[in-house]
Amino acid sequence: MEELVFTRPRYIKKAPFHYCPGCGHSIIHRLVAEVIEELGIGEKTIGVPPAGCAVLAYDYFDVDMGEAPHGRGPALATGIKRILPDRIVFSYQGDGDIAAIGTSETIHTANRGENITVIFVNNNCYGMTGGQMAPTTLLGQNSTTTPGGRDENRDGPPIDLSEMLALVRGTVYIERTAVNSIRNIRNTKKAITKAFKAQIAGLGFSLVEILSPCPTNWKMSSTDSCRWIDESVMQTFPLKVIKDEIG
Amino acid sequence: MKPKKGRIVIDSRLCKGCYLCVSVCPNECIGISEESNEKGYHPAKVIGTKDANDRACTGCTLCAVICPDIAIEVYRG
Repeated sequence: MEELVFTRPRYIKKAPFHYCPGCGHSIIHRLVAEVIEELGIGEKTIGVPPAGCAVLAYDYFDVDMGEAPHGRGPALATGIKRILPDRIVFSYQGDGDIAAIGTSETIHTANRGENITVIFVNNNCYGMTGGQMAPTTLLGQNSTTTPGGRDENRDGPPIDLSEMLALVRGTVYIERTAVNSIRNIRNTKKAITKAFKAQIAGLGFSLVEILSPCPTNWKMSSTDSCRWIDESVMQTFPLKVIKDEIG
Repeated sequence: MKPKKGRIVIDSRLCKGCYLCVSVCPNECIGISEESNEKGYHPAKVIGTKDANDRACTGCTLCAVICPDIAIEVYRG
Protein backbone atom coordinates (compact mmCIF):
# COMPACT_ATOMS: atom_id res chain seq x y z
CA MET A 1 0.00 0.00 0.00
CA GLU A 2 1.54 3.30 -1.11
CA GLU A 3 1.74 5.98 1.54
CA LEU A 4 2.14 9.76 1.12
CA VAL A 5 5.17 10.62 3.25
CA PHE A 6 5.83 14.25 2.27
CA THR A 7 3.45 16.94 1.13
CA ARG A 8 2.60 20.63 1.60
CA PRO A 9 1.94 21.42 5.30
CA ARG A 10 -1.62 22.27 6.28
CA TYR A 11 -0.89 25.91 7.13
CA ILE A 12 0.79 26.85 3.83
CA LYS A 13 -1.71 27.92 1.18
CA LYS A 14 -1.66 26.33 -2.28
CA ALA A 15 -0.16 29.47 -3.86
CA PRO A 16 3.10 29.57 -5.79
CA PHE A 17 5.84 31.45 -3.87
CA HIS A 18 7.07 34.69 -5.47
CA TYR A 19 10.60 34.14 -4.14
CA CYS A 20 13.58 33.73 -6.48
CA PRO A 21 14.80 30.21 -7.39
CA GLY A 22 16.80 28.73 -4.51
CA CYS A 23 15.64 31.31 -1.93
CA GLY A 24 15.67 30.18 1.70
CA HIS A 25 12.54 32.13 2.69
CA SER A 26 10.09 29.55 1.39
CA ILE A 27 11.98 26.69 3.10
CA ILE A 28 11.70 28.63 6.37
CA HIS A 29 7.99 29.36 5.73
CA ARG A 30 7.44 25.63 5.32
CA LEU A 31 9.37 24.75 8.50
CA VAL A 32 7.39 27.28 10.56
CA ALA A 33 4.12 25.93 9.13
CA GLU A 34 5.18 22.34 9.88
CA VAL A 35 6.00 23.26 13.48
CA ILE A 36 2.65 25.07 13.88
CA GLU A 37 0.88 21.97 12.55
CA GLU A 38 2.84 19.55 14.74
CA LEU A 39 2.26 21.59 17.90
CA GLY A 40 -1.46 21.85 17.06
CA ILE A 41 -1.53 25.65 17.47
CA GLY A 42 -2.73 26.65 13.99
CA GLU A 43 -6.04 28.07 15.19
CA LYS A 44 -4.46 30.35 17.78
CA THR A 45 -1.28 31.47 16.02
CA ILE A 46 -0.84 35.06 14.81
CA GLY A 47 2.10 35.90 12.55
CA VAL A 48 3.67 39.30 11.90
CA PRO A 49 5.39 39.56 8.50
CA PRO A 50 8.11 42.20 7.89
CA ALA A 51 8.91 44.69 5.19
CA GLY A 52 11.35 43.02 2.83
CA CYS A 53 11.23 39.99 0.57
CA ALA A 54 8.85 38.22 2.98
CA VAL A 55 6.38 41.12 3.04
CA LEU A 56 3.80 38.94 1.28
CA ALA A 57 4.16 36.08 3.78
CA TYR A 58 0.45 36.55 4.63
CA ASP A 59 -0.32 35.27 1.13
CA TYR A 60 1.34 31.95 2.00
CA PHE A 61 0.70 31.27 5.71
CA ASP A 62 -2.81 30.02 6.37
CA VAL A 63 -2.90 31.45 9.91
CA ASP A 64 -3.90 34.93 11.10
CA MET A 65 -1.33 37.54 10.09
CA GLY A 66 -0.89 41.25 10.79
CA GLU A 67 1.56 43.19 8.64
CA ALA A 68 4.06 45.41 10.50
CA PRO A 69 5.69 48.62 9.26
CA HIS A 70 9.40 48.25 8.50
CA GLY A 71 11.29 46.98 11.55
CA ARG A 72 8.30 47.25 13.88
CA GLY A 73 7.46 43.53 13.99
CA PRO A 74 8.40 42.99 17.66
CA ALA A 75 6.43 46.10 18.71
CA LEU A 76 3.32 44.95 16.84
CA ALA A 77 3.77 41.42 18.18
CA THR A 78 4.01 42.86 21.71
CA GLY A 79 0.69 44.61 21.25
CA ILE A 80 -1.02 41.52 19.88
CA LYS A 81 0.36 39.28 22.63
CA ARG A 82 -0.61 41.68 25.42
CA ILE A 83 -4.19 42.01 24.19
CA LEU A 84 -4.55 38.31 23.35
CA PRO A 85 -2.18 36.52 25.76
CA ASP A 86 -3.58 33.08 24.91
CA ARG A 87 -2.45 33.35 21.28
CA ILE A 88 0.92 32.21 19.96
CA VAL A 89 2.55 35.24 18.30
CA PHE A 90 5.59 35.15 16.06
CA SER A 91 7.29 37.86 14.05
CA TYR A 92 9.14 36.96 10.88
CA GLN A 93 11.93 39.38 9.99
CA GLY A 94 14.88 39.78 7.67
CA ASP A 95 18.29 41.08 8.67
CA GLY A 96 17.76 44.61 7.37
CA ASP A 97 14.39 44.74 9.12
CA ILE A 98 15.52 43.43 12.51
CA ALA A 99 19.15 44.61 12.67
CA ALA A 100 18.98 48.08 11.09
CA ILE A 101 15.57 49.66 10.79
CA GLY A 102 14.04 47.87 13.78
CA THR A 103 17.08 47.67 16.10
CA SER A 104 15.39 49.71 18.79
CA GLU A 105 12.13 47.72 18.77
CA THR A 106 14.04 44.44 18.72
CA ILE A 107 16.32 45.26 21.66
CA HIS A 108 13.61 46.72 23.86
CA THR A 109 11.12 43.93 23.13
CA ALA A 110 13.80 41.38 24.06
CA ASN A 111 14.78 43.37 27.14
CA ARG A 112 11.18 43.47 28.36
CA GLY A 113 11.06 39.71 27.89
CA GLU A 114 7.87 39.83 25.85
CA ASN A 115 6.55 36.29 25.45
CA ILE A 116 6.87 36.13 21.65
CA THR A 117 8.96 34.21 19.11
CA VAL A 118 11.06 35.93 16.46
CA ILE A 119 12.17 34.19 13.26
CA PHE A 120 15.21 36.17 12.08
CA VAL A 121 16.19 35.37 8.49
CA ASN A 122 19.77 36.44 7.82
CA ASN A 123 20.79 36.57 4.15
CA ASN A 124 23.56 39.17 4.59
CA CYS A 125 21.99 41.82 2.34
CA TYR A 126 18.88 43.87 1.62
CA GLY A 127 17.23 41.38 -0.74
CA MET A 128 14.06 43.06 -1.97
CA THR A 129 15.63 46.40 -2.84
CA GLY A 130 18.38 44.82 -4.92
CA GLY A 131 21.22 43.64 -2.69
CA GLN A 132 22.50 46.69 -0.81
CA MET A 133 24.81 46.33 2.20
CA ALA A 134 22.98 45.31 5.39
CA PRO A 135 24.41 45.45 8.93
CA THR A 136 25.04 41.70 8.55
CA THR A 137 26.95 41.88 5.25
CA LEU A 138 30.28 40.08 5.64
CA LEU A 139 33.63 41.88 5.48
CA GLY A 140 34.82 41.72 1.89
CA GLN A 141 31.36 40.79 0.58
CA ASN A 142 30.28 42.57 -2.58
CA SER A 143 26.96 44.36 -2.56
CA THR A 144 25.55 47.14 -4.74
CA THR A 145 26.59 49.72 -2.11
CA THR A 146 29.94 48.10 -1.28
CA PRO A 147 31.49 47.40 -4.70
CA GLY A 148 34.88 45.83 -4.09
CA GLY A 149 33.70 44.41 -0.76
CA ARG A 150 32.66 45.67 2.68
CA ASP A 151 35.54 47.49 4.35
CA GLU A 152 35.73 47.47 8.15
CA ASN A 153 37.25 50.96 8.38
CA ARG A 154 34.64 52.50 6.12
CA ASP A 155 31.51 50.41 6.81
CA GLY A 156 32.12 48.83 10.22
CA PRO A 157 32.10 45.11 10.97
CA PRO A 158 29.02 42.87 10.61
CA ILE A 159 26.73 43.07 13.65
CA ASP A 160 26.21 40.01 15.87
CA LEU A 161 22.61 40.82 16.76
CA SER A 162 21.80 37.43 18.30
CA GLU A 163 24.82 37.60 20.63
CA MET A 164 23.78 41.14 21.61
CA LEU A 165 20.25 40.01 22.41
CA ALA A 166 21.61 37.15 24.53
CA LEU A 167 23.00 39.77 26.92
CA VAL A 168 19.62 41.20 27.91
CA ARG A 169 17.74 39.56 30.76
CA GLY A 170 14.40 39.03 29.04
CA THR A 171 15.57 36.49 26.44
CA VAL A 172 15.27 32.78 27.20
CA TYR A 173 16.24 31.02 24.00
CA ILE A 174 18.40 32.15 21.07
CA GLU A 175 19.88 29.82 18.48
CA ARG A 176 21.57 30.36 15.11
CA THR A 177 20.87 27.77 12.42
CA ALA A 178 20.89 27.59 8.59
CA VAL A 179 18.86 26.17 5.72
CA ASN A 180 21.69 25.36 3.32
CA SER A 181 21.72 21.57 3.78
CA ILE A 182 19.37 18.77 4.77
CA ARG A 183 21.01 18.44 8.18
CA ASN A 184 20.83 22.17 8.87
CA ILE A 185 17.19 22.34 7.69
CA ARG A 186 16.29 19.57 10.16
CA ASN A 187 18.16 21.35 12.97
CA THR A 188 16.37 24.60 12.09
CA LYS A 189 13.02 22.88 12.50
CA LYS A 190 14.08 21.59 15.92
CA ALA A 191 15.16 25.10 16.93
CA ILE A 192 11.86 26.65 15.77
CA THR A 193 9.96 23.96 17.69
CA LYS A 194 11.94 24.76 20.84
CA ALA A 195 11.34 28.50 20.44
CA PHE A 196 7.57 28.04 20.03
CA LYS A 197 7.48 25.66 23.00
CA ALA A 198 9.24 28.30 25.12
CA GLN A 199 6.46 30.73 24.23
CA ILE A 200 3.72 28.17 24.90
CA ALA A 201 5.26 27.59 28.35
CA GLY A 202 5.19 31.37 28.92
CA LEU A 203 8.94 31.66 29.52
CA GLY A 204 9.73 34.84 27.55
CA PHE A 205 11.42 36.09 24.39
CA SER A 206 12.74 33.44 21.99
CA LEU A 207 14.57 33.99 18.71
CA VAL A 208 15.92 31.74 15.96
CA GLU A 209 18.42 33.32 13.57
CA ILE A 210 18.48 31.41 10.28
CA LEU A 211 21.26 31.82 7.72
CA SER A 212 19.48 31.77 4.38
CA PRO A 213 20.78 31.74 0.79
CA CYS A 214 20.09 34.68 -1.55
CA PRO A 215 21.36 33.41 -4.93
CA THR A 216 20.03 36.41 -6.87
CA ASN A 217 21.82 39.13 -4.91
CA TRP A 218 24.90 37.04 -4.17
CA LYS A 219 25.05 36.41 -7.93
CA MET A 220 25.60 32.67 -7.48
CA SER A 221 23.81 29.46 -8.40
CA SER A 222 21.57 27.88 -5.75
CA THR A 223 24.07 25.15 -4.95
CA ASP A 224 26.99 27.61 -4.81
CA SER A 225 24.99 29.80 -2.41
CA CYS A 226 24.51 26.84 -0.08
CA ARG A 227 28.23 26.11 -0.23
CA TRP A 228 29.08 29.79 0.36
CA ILE A 229 27.08 29.77 3.61
CA ASP A 230 29.22 26.84 4.80
CA GLU A 231 32.52 28.36 3.67
CA SER A 232 32.07 32.07 4.40
CA VAL A 233 28.94 33.07 6.28
CA MET A 234 29.47 30.52 9.07
CA GLN A 235 32.99 31.90 9.66
CA THR A 236 31.39 35.16 10.80
CA PHE A 237 28.09 33.75 12.07
CA PRO A 238 28.84 30.28 13.54
CA LEU A 239 25.90 27.95 14.12
CA LYS A 240 25.26 27.47 17.83
CA VAL A 241 22.83 27.72 20.68
CA ILE A 242 23.61 31.24 21.88
CA LYS A 243 21.36 31.25 24.92
CA ASP A 244 19.20 28.52 26.44
CA GLU A 245 17.55 29.16 29.77
CA ILE A 246 14.68 26.78 29.09
CA GLY A 247 16.46 24.00 31.01
CA MET B 1 15.95 -7.42 2.74
CA LYS B 2 13.68 -5.97 0.12
CA PRO B 3 14.88 -2.55 -1.09
CA LYS B 4 12.60 0.33 -0.16
CA LYS B 5 10.51 1.60 -3.04
CA GLY B 6 9.54 5.18 -3.41
CA ARG B 7 8.03 7.57 -5.90
CA ILE B 8 8.10 11.34 -6.20
CA VAL B 9 5.77 13.68 -8.04
CA ILE B 10 7.23 17.03 -9.14
CA ASP B 11 4.73 19.83 -9.82
CA SER B 12 6.39 21.38 -12.86
CA ARG B 13 4.24 24.53 -12.56
CA LEU B 14 5.72 25.31 -9.11
CA CYS B 15 9.34 24.37 -9.93
CA LYS B 16 11.67 27.33 -10.52
CA GLY B 17 14.66 25.31 -11.62
CA CYS B 18 17.03 25.83 -8.65
CA TYR B 19 17.99 22.13 -8.92
CA LEU B 20 18.77 21.77 -5.21
CA CYS B 21 16.80 18.51 -5.44
CA VAL B 22 19.15 17.30 -8.17
CA SER B 23 22.13 18.08 -5.96
CA VAL B 24 20.85 16.15 -2.91
CA CYS B 25 19.34 13.01 -4.50
CA PRO B 26 21.63 10.15 -3.42
CA ASN B 27 20.53 7.93 -6.31
CA GLU B 28 20.57 10.51 -9.11
CA CYS B 29 16.86 10.02 -9.78
CA ILE B 30 16.19 13.65 -10.70
CA GLY B 31 17.22 15.43 -13.89
CA ILE B 32 16.37 18.60 -15.77
CA SER B 33 13.50 18.83 -18.23
CA GLU B 34 14.26 20.01 -21.75
CA GLU B 35 10.92 21.77 -22.00
CA SER B 36 10.27 24.96 -20.07
CA ASN B 37 7.25 25.58 -17.85
CA GLU B 38 4.91 28.57 -18.11
CA LYS B 39 7.26 30.70 -15.96
CA GLY B 40 10.11 30.01 -18.40
CA TYR B 41 12.12 27.73 -16.11
CA HIS B 42 13.28 24.25 -17.07
CA PRO B 43 11.72 22.24 -14.23
CA ALA B 44 13.29 19.26 -12.55
CA LYS B 45 11.96 15.91 -13.72
CA VAL B 46 12.07 12.34 -12.49
CA ILE B 47 14.55 10.07 -14.25
CA GLY B 48 15.88 6.61 -13.57
CA THR B 49 13.33 5.45 -11.03
CA LYS B 50 12.54 2.42 -13.16
CA ASP B 51 16.17 1.31 -13.14
CA ALA B 52 16.11 -1.67 -10.77
CA ASN B 53 19.85 -1.59 -10.07
CA ASP B 54 20.99 1.19 -7.78
CA ARG B 55 19.31 4.28 -9.16
CA ALA B 56 15.82 3.62 -7.87
CA CYS B 57 13.97 6.16 -5.71
CA THR B 58 13.71 5.00 -2.10
CA GLY B 59 11.32 7.72 -0.97
CA CYS B 60 13.98 9.21 1.34
CA THR B 61 12.34 12.70 1.05
CA LEU B 62 15.67 14.59 0.84
CA CYS B 63 14.60 16.32 -2.39
CA ALA B 64 11.31 17.42 -0.85
CA VAL B 65 12.98 18.65 2.34
CA ILE B 66 15.33 20.98 0.43
CA CYS B 67 12.84 22.07 -2.28
CA PRO B 68 12.16 25.79 -1.65
CA ASP B 69 8.90 25.71 -3.60
CA ILE B 70 7.21 22.66 -2.04
CA ALA B 71 6.96 21.30 -5.58
CA ILE B 72 7.71 17.68 -4.62
CA GLU B 73 5.41 15.09 -3.06
CA VAL B 74 6.91 11.81 -1.89
CA TYR B 75 5.20 8.42 -1.72
CA ARG B 76 6.65 5.28 -0.18
CA GLY B 77 5.56 1.67 -0.04
